[in-house]
Amino acid sequence: MHKLGKQTLHFDNPPTIIETASIVGPKESEGPMAGYFDQCLDDEFWGEKTWEKAESKIIKETVNMAIAKSSISSADIDFCFAGDLLNQCISSSFGLREINIPFFGVFGACSTFVESMCLGSVFLESGAAKNVICATSSHFCSAEKQFRFPLELGNQRPPSAQWTVTGSGAAILSSNGNGPFITHITPGKIIDMGIKNANNMGAAMAPAAFDTLITHFEDTGRKPSYYDVIVTGDLGHIGKEIMQDLCKTKGYNINSNYDDCGVLIFDKSEQDTHSGGSGCACIGSVFSGYFFKQLRDKKINKILLIATGALMNSTSSQQGESIPGIAHAIAIENERI
Amino acid sequence: MNPIETPKQYSDYVDKKSPNSPIIKNCLIAFLIGGLICSIGQIIFDFCKYKGMEETPSNTVVSIVLIGIAAFLTGLNIFNKIGKIAGAGSLVPITGFANSIVSPAIEYKSEGYIMGVGGKMFTVAGPVLVFGISTSVIIGIICVLFNCS
Repeated sequence: MHKLGKQTLHFDNPPTIIETASIVGPKESEGPMAGYFDQCLDDEFWGEKTWEKAESKIIKETVNMAIAKSSISSADIDFCFAGDLLNQCISSSFGLREINIPFFGVFGACSTFVESMCLGSVFLESGAAKNVICATSSHFCSAEKQFRFPLELGNQRPPSAQWTVTGSGAAILSSNGNGPFITHITPGKIIDMGIKNANNMGAAMAPAAFDTLITHFEDTGRKPSYYDVIVTGDLGHIGKEIMQDLCKTKGYNINSNYDDCGVLIFDKSEQDTHSGGSGCACIGSVFSGYFFKQLRDKKINKILLIATGALMNSTSSQQGESIPGIAHAIAIENERI
Repeated sequence: MNPIETPKQYSDYVDKKSPNSPIIKNCLIAFLIGGLICSIGQIIFDFCKYKGMEETPSNTVVSIVLIGIAAFLTGLNIFNKIGKIAGAGSLVPITGFANSIVSPAIEYKSEGYIMGVGGKMFTVAGPVLVFGISTSVIIGIICVLFNCS
């Protein structure tokens, strides 16, 4: 492992993503990605009494599913890295309290999935672990309750608002394997461009995604065309356009191979999701369900995964603070570099 | 232009980039549905009068019936669907007030009847009550001072 440029790490023995799992809620099950997820739920409660319990069950079952699908027993998994959006990350810690694997709670808002994979990769590369599992979850109902209004309140959402994805994604990383390999990670800086509108998260996070992407290119000497796909977490329709505009100002054209999980997961016109999906599970489920399988089937070979997070809470919004954004990137490739 | 030079430039750029709510369409729908709700209230009022009730108790019956309907529809998860389309049309009449109290009561029932339902019931309606009552007190004082009946 060695550092490239300002903030990128290159792995000499790149960890392999050996298996992933994804479970999503009813609305995601009606979206364009439905066919790729491992399990689609038809009930947001999934038999539980509260939204919070339902979210915990979703992450627990996703982690169990990833372990069951892989050839590794849970006893051979050295560490678990997981986090979510609920206060003090209760979905992850409550959901995973019985898995019996040493646990690191991670908070990176919606960037948690890639942040967990960054940390897990460094553990593997350093020899501290042989196998780790990284997971995240979000739930539309529990997120609305915590960050916005009660679900039954008859209010209108502005066109820039995004829809929190109900679901979970989990990935098992191993120091032994034949790919897809995590070859580089570029952890991001906190970037705050002064956006205060909590109903326009894409605009708040896009500068962070842009900063991380440009830094990744500068650190590695790569160009946008190097990757088959560059994908951001949950910038949504507005954030995606801003991201493309920002890249143009630096002379990078990413229009042909760039997409956003928040844009992919819902059909904007049919599902009334306004600017698209958001939440930890947005990139978690879309990567685990769709992109990982594309990589494994060699339909794509090089992907740059950039998870974006808005580091705010409801108190900071009410106090009129702006929204700091963050974006972490990992390069996943089918061949060792 | 590089939109990310300063927060001000970025904010202006984002404002241009983000679509606005369809205000004219929203106002029109709010006017129609708000008017419809008020018409229903008027029908109830006229019916009460027709049945021989005085004006003041008839007004009370209108409020009770509209609150009852709004609370019931909130419980059935229907009011939020109306509110999504109607906006201020269903929010401004007393139906919106009923919805703003019943919806947190349902949402926070999972935290128990005391701290959940009791404690959170007025999280949305609270500001309306505080400033609504404060305003009525101020108006009342002005009325007394200027001796208007």
